[in-house]
Amino acid sequence: MSIVTRPYSNPSYVRWLAVCCWLVLAVASPVRADDPPAAPGSVTAVDHPNDVGNAIDLTWEPSPDDRPDIKPPRVIQYEIRRQEVGGDGEWLPVGEQTYGTTTFSDKQVERGHEYLYQVVAVSPEGAVSEAAVTTEPATPTMQYFREDRAWFGLIVLFVCGAVVLFISLAKRGRRLYVRPIPGLEAVDEAVGRATEMGRECLFVPGIQDINDIQTVAGLTVLGRVATHIAEYDADLDVPTARSLVMTAARETVEASYLSAGRPDSFREDDIYYLTDEQFGYVAGVTGKMVRDKPAACFYMGAFYAESLLLAETGNAIGAIQVAGTAMPSQLPFFVAACDYTLIGEEFFAASAYLSGEPFQLGTLRGQDVGKLLGGALLLVGCTVLTIAVFQPEGTAASVADFIKNHILGGAGFLP
Amino acid sequence: MKRTVPLIIAATTGFVLIVAYFIPYTETWGETAMAWFNIIAAVAFVLGGFNLMKNQLQKISDRRPGWGYAAVTLISFVITLFVGLAKVGVTPSETYPEYPWAGAYDQEGAAFWWVYEYLFLPLSATMFAMLAFYIASAAFRAFRAKNVEAVILLITAFIVLLGRTYAGVWLTSWVDPLAAQFESPFMSQLITGLRLDRLTGTIMNVFNLAGMRAITIGIALGVASTSLKVLLGVDRSYLGSGDD
Repeated sequence: MSIVTRPYSNPSYVRWLAVCCWLVLAVASPVRADDPPAAPGSVTAVDHPNDVGNAIDLTWEPSPDDRPDIKPPRVIQYEIRRQEVGGDGEWLPVGEQTYGTTTFSDKQVERGHEYLYQVVAVSPEGAVSEAAVTTEPATPTMQYFREDRAWFGLIVLFVCGAVVLFISLAKRGRRLYVRPIPGLEAVDEAVGRATEMGRECLFVPGIQDINDIQTVAGLTVLGRVATHIAEYDADLDVPTARSLVMTAARETVEASYLSAGRPDSFREDDIYYLTDEQFGYVAGVTGKMVRDKPAACFYMGAFYAESLLLAETGNAIGAIQVAGTAMPSQLPFFVAACDYTLIGEEFFAASAYLSGEPFQLGTLRGQDVGKLLGGALLLVGCTVLTIAVFQPEGTAASVADFIKNHILGGAGFLP
Repeated sequence: MKRTVPLIIAATTGFVLIVAYFIPYTETWGETAMAWFNIIAAVAFVLGGFNLMKNQLQKISDRRPGWGYAAVTLISFVITLFVGLAKVGVTPSETYPEYPWAGAYDQEGAAFWWVYEYLFLPLSATMFAMLAFYIASAAFRAFRAKNVEAVILLITAFIVLLGRTYAGVWLTSWVDPLAAQFESPFMSQLITGLRLDRLTGTIMNVFNLAGMRAITIGIALGVASTSLKVLLGVDRSYLGSGDD
């Protein structure tokens, strides 16, 4: 038995019904494949802050058709065009952004010129919407100072000012006390031990180049260690991972031997280049350690994964080891494997400490002033954040926000 | 003179880099200064290569202990240099087929690529792999309970190591049901935090992080102070003696 009742089983009636349905669907359909998407909302163009005047930032409201719930997407990208005011009136394409993005930075503009922008939405089929145009022209201008780094600049100025002040005070003869640093006191002991045992001292100045401040600090310590070595007439071995470090280390050690009154004991070949490759360098140094068994090993500079390989080999051969680095991730390895470790700032203080020169010691007091500032900021920050927990809308919350975003962040000098 | 000129160069470059950080107009000056450094470092490569050859040849010639390693180093150096410079096994570039030397020296299948892929990389990986054994031996020494501090370190390390494994969660799975029995939110929260994975999180994010930040602040101040010493010429030991 048929379930279709008679009127609907008429073939001509069904045909007409199908055609009507198709027409209704076609007319009622919200979009056609080649229909352009809706235009983006208002566009704003402003000068990019803190630059030399070579960029303009654009922001626009997304096209109403640019929504994640529309499948398949109606907008595949936005096209950005630029027109120079007073130019030939041509709209030049300057960039594209994918759907969902509503910002663009035009970095191909000239300082002082005026520009208008338009943004169009593009469908996957290439249909282009009407353009959303900026109402006001934007002019890129140069800023003379990075306002977002103003607070950082002030803090640097304060710390450096304190360092310079204490250097000048020390030069005038003011006595400065520096607490004893066991790792540096041990330098003498280590060199003496090497001399007694008739073995050499190994000095590793890290694996970074001379442009790294840790390498410079390491070479400064090398200068002091080399002076002791020259005085005791012990042997020195300095393998380097960079050619420029080798050259600088030779100059430093030569000066130390000269100041110790033993220029004839200086041998240039004691400071040599191995390789720039991290593990090749480690293989070379550890191989030499195992063969020559130095009595004292100094690791002063920037280290990465090789720190533990070197320090454990030194430990295995029974050498007295002193390490110093400002790489926080490598400090635990050195602490575990070496006899003495100069942690972070102690490493940088080493040259001043070993030299004993008053004006160098002044820099350490300057650092202390910096620590005082850091401690004060920490205290204020902790206090206002604690108060802000109980009064989320109060002054404390505003102060905490200012410290977080302006002083420690990059949101500018003023609120 | 030997120290003054390098000092002037170092100070000028240093101050330019500082100024470039704060003044947009001078940003390109800093980039130029770094480009100069890269050029000097590249030239110094040649110096390093010659020094390496000289040292290894001396070791072989003097028959010093381990001179065989020097021979291996020298042979490896010369072979790598040759296959790289002569582009051994490099096929002509598809873009410039008329120039037989236009192919890249590190092209896949070339001799230099082969040396890098099948000699250099496995050797580097071997050295790196040794780190695991060294960590174990260093940890064994560091965690020996010699005094109160070492005992604290040992307990902390034990909690952190266990807390990072599933065993830590499993062993302290009784903590959450126990915490649910307390009506006081403070006590409940306190006991919940005793589960080993959460305790590990507290140790790492509170105690460890605070210590690391203190060290980092000290390092930052040390860097500023040392840089200033170098720029102002207070510390010139890295420049050698003043004698010409």
